[in-house]
Amino acid sequence: MLNKLDRALVRELQEGLPLVKRPFLAIAQKLGMSEAEVLARVRKFIERGVIRRFGAAVRHQDLGYVANAMVVWRVPDERVPEVGRIMASFSEVTHCYERVRASGWPYNLYTVIHGRTEEQCREAAARIAEAAGVSDYLLLFSMAELKKNSMKYFVEG
Amino acid sequence: MLDELDRRLLNLVQTRLPVAPEPYRELAQELGVAEEEVIGRLRRLIEAKVIRRLGAIFDSRKVGYVGTLCAFKVPAERVAEVAAEVNRHPGVTHNYLRDHEYNMWFTILAGSEAGLNETLREIKERTGINECLVLPAANIFKIRVNFDLA
Repeated sequence: MLNKLDRALVRELQEGLPLVKRPFLAIAQKLGMSEAEVLARVRKFIERGVIRRFGAAVRHQDLGYVANAMVVWRVPDERVPEVGRIMASFSEVTHCYERVRASGWPYNLYTVIHGRTEEQCREAAARIAEAAGVSDYLLLFSMAELKKNSMKYFVEG
Repeated sequence: MLDELDRRLLNLVQTRLPVAPEPYRELAQELGVAEEEVIGRLRRLIEAKVIRRLGAIFDSRKVGYVGTLCAFKVPAERVAEVAAEVNRHPGVTHNYLRDHEYNMWFTILAGSEAGLNETLREIKERTGINECLVLPAANIFKIRVNFDLA
């Protein structure tokens, strides 16, 4: 569980690292902490996986990856761990999740595939299907991005 | 639009920003340019929205949040109106229109299971959309959001 100071630090960090020479000092001054303490807490967040990545999130459309498909796969439950690992190993796959099946919806593995064209996505899905030995799948291409935001944590309540 | 130094800088900061007192100076040294150049370019890339977030990318589960993927079957003529209602909720972070009869795919995050259910209930009530898949994650095999710019 995150304590009160941790939550305050999350709240500051999610606004983006300040663009000043000593950004952690700037955050520390806001929170009444020392720069060393902020650095130590950030390192601890990274170690514990609370911070998944300390870097920049980039809009992939600007980098030429304009096509994206969510591919939903129907995989026998006992094969999910193995198939999940195989699918995750493909560089075209940016996300790979197992999800609970819904009624009337038998798909339980979900991968997001990015490509420069829809054809590239289709071709990647076919290679993945072959490698994983899974033939029951659907490609759901993105027609429009209706919203994409970073979550703001601990801002309400 | 992006020049070579932008690309080198983006490739570098996508994977790793130094957790050190002077992170921009360290990046500058690695790139062989001045610290002011790095700060100025990062500012420009953020303003141009090429960089969506600089610094900490959180794992929502480890922060203590719960979430799910949802899919709605929305009649074509109602997409804009339903999207406005769905997107109004701050816990909805991603929403994509996809080419399937389940055409609106969005994620919801909330501080508790109860909060998540409440958001979903409210969205369903206010849009009147009943054909809905709720697909919480059981296992995460991969999340990678950096792209090779080389």
